[in-house]
Amino acid sequence: MDTSEDILQQASPDLVRGSETRRAAKSARLSPSFISWLQAGPMMLVFLAFFLIPLVFVVIVSFWDYNEYQLLPAFSGRGYTDTFEGCLAQLPDLCTIGKTYLKTLKLCFLVWAITLFIGFWVAYFLAFHVKSKTWQMGLSLLCTIPFWTSNVIRMIAWIPLLGRNGLVNSGLMKTGLINQPVEWLLFSEFSVVLALVHLFTFFMVVPIFNSMIRIDKSLIEAAYDAGASGLQTLVNVIIPLAKPGIVIGSIFVITIVMGDFITIGVMGGQQIAAAGKIIETRVNALQFPAAAANAVILLVITFLIITMMSRIVDIKKEL
Amino acid sequence: MREGRPRSFYVLALFFAAYVLFLYGPMIAIYMLSFQGPQGGLTFPMNGVSTYWLTKLFQGTGIVDLGASFRRSLLLGVIVMAVTVVLSVAAGMAFRRKFKAQSILFYSAIASLIVPSIITSLGISLEFRIIDDLIKAHWNENFETSMGLLTSGLGAHLTWTLPFGLLIMFAIFNRFDPRLEEAARDLGATPWQTFRHVVLPIILPSVIGIGLFGFTLSWDELARSSQAIGAVNTLPLDLQGLTTTVTNPDIYALGTIISAVSFAVITLALGTIHMLNKRQAAKGSDAGKGLV
Repeated sequence: MDTSEDILQQASPDLVRGSETRRAAKSARLSPSFISWLQAGPMMLVFLAFFLIPLVFVVIVSFWDYNEYQLLPAFSGRGYTDTFEGCLAQLPDLCTIGKTYLKTLKLCFLVWAITLFIGFWVAYFLAFHVKSKTWQMGLSLLCTIPFWTSNVIRMIAWIPLLGRNGLVNSGLMKTGLINQPVEWLLFSEFSVVLALVHLFTFFMVVPIFNSMIRIDKSLIEAAYDAGASGLQTLVNVIIPLAKPGIVIGSIFVITIVMGDFITIGVMGGQQIAAAGKIIETRVNALQFPAAAANAVILLVITFLIITMMSRIVDIKKEL
Repeated sequence: MREGRPRSFYVLALFFAAYVLFLYGPMIAIYMLSFQGPQGGLTFPMNGVSTYWLTKLFQGTGIVDLGASFRRSLLLGVIVMAVTVVLSVAAGMAFRRKFKAQSILFYSAIASLIVPSIITSLGISLEFRIIDDLIKAHWNENFETSMGLLTSGLGAHLTWTLPFGLLIMFAIFNRFDPRLEEAARDLGATPWQTFRHVVLPIILPSVIGIGLFGFTLSWDELARSSQAIGAVNTLPLDLQGLTTTVTNPDIYALGTIISAVSFAVITLALGTIHMLNKRQAAKGSDAGKGLV
């Protein structure tokens, strides 16, 4: 009776037998799938309560009726008919909603093209030209930091530059290029696109950089050895391999711009109509079914664009 | 191998520098302008240098109570940060095993990230309106609203921070060595002990990164707050409200203060991450160092 286990047992009976049995009991009680549910369940509940159910409510409420004071839970297509009011009569001219969506798509396309161009070359520089890991980290951090401060501040930061008496105008006046301040710099489509590019190029840089960094450098050497020019390497090797990042970045930028109403409001001087802005206006007028109907339309269009883009790559595989 | 730097390096370096200037230039301009003298306006040139507009903020501008919304944003940010860290780490652990509803959770997170914020926000506000109506009709006629900072507002912010948290967890566990856990198990550690003493210390720097994301994303969040927060305002909402009536540099001063808090949090988090990495490098292995 003097094996070490027995001594241990006498000193602390719990330590040997107790922990064994308790552990056995525990593993018998908690099956792996139950643990998974316990771990993933809370997040699932948050998405259910604050994302999935609200989406269902948007669709349901878009078919409700309303008057000036309240929601009326009775089936009605009024949210949609009010939205498209006069559209058929005006053909072939576009009605207000048509024009608004066309303008939103135009803004979206411009911002997408510019952020893609900037994002691609910034990511390219970081991934292929910056050789030291420390510099790579430092420079990417430099691009990331502004993303962590308020969007509204980054928007209003343009006011002292673009305003009537702003730096750009006074600079141009001093050099004698213009006699009068340029008016279209601020509170215009120009300033909206500029601010959106300023805010969201980050969403293009990060995914493109992520897929470029994974490209095997020897593939580029191989292309070079095989006699490919720089342009040929870019078109035939780098762009195809960076495609997942390009698509993910594009999805981010497009969905953000499609739904944006804050940048377009602030930088457009509350004068430019856009898809997100319609929803906001309807909510402020307490016309919830009409707001919901517009949200459904916006959702469908966004969904179509994403489906089209995700045909090009399998997003899940890339993460 | 090619030697030296190609010409494209210099072209792209210049392009990169221009991009960084484009990113920071306007922001630096407003930080400078927030130190305008009392007579200063919204644009350059500076009209004296003072902290007049910054101190004026704390005295209250009379229009909005910025102190209260500052505290609200801070409170919400801290709670969002804590919840995001806990739920993301837990869900990240779950994804290392196959489980039912795995792809439902994954696609919910991705969808939550890319469905335009205004739609999520509107949906939450409709949901809470319907809940309010139900409570009024069935239980309490005098019920005001269940919408608020820590109900609908918290939920709205979480739909934005949790997807980021989950994606960061994927990145962490992609390069995590499961042999470390097996070793702990072989030594008789319970699952909880394995997590507490092996997994958590290794992933801690990235977990702090998730917290950093959680806080700053909530601190600056605007689109999702816009419809879903209820009667009270957060700091970004007040700031947005001020943009339509802006005549004084106090809006820049407010911008400077919000940025200062963001930068302080980033610096604190990065400092902690750096410290943890250093400690890990120093204490990571004691193999061959003697003493039993």
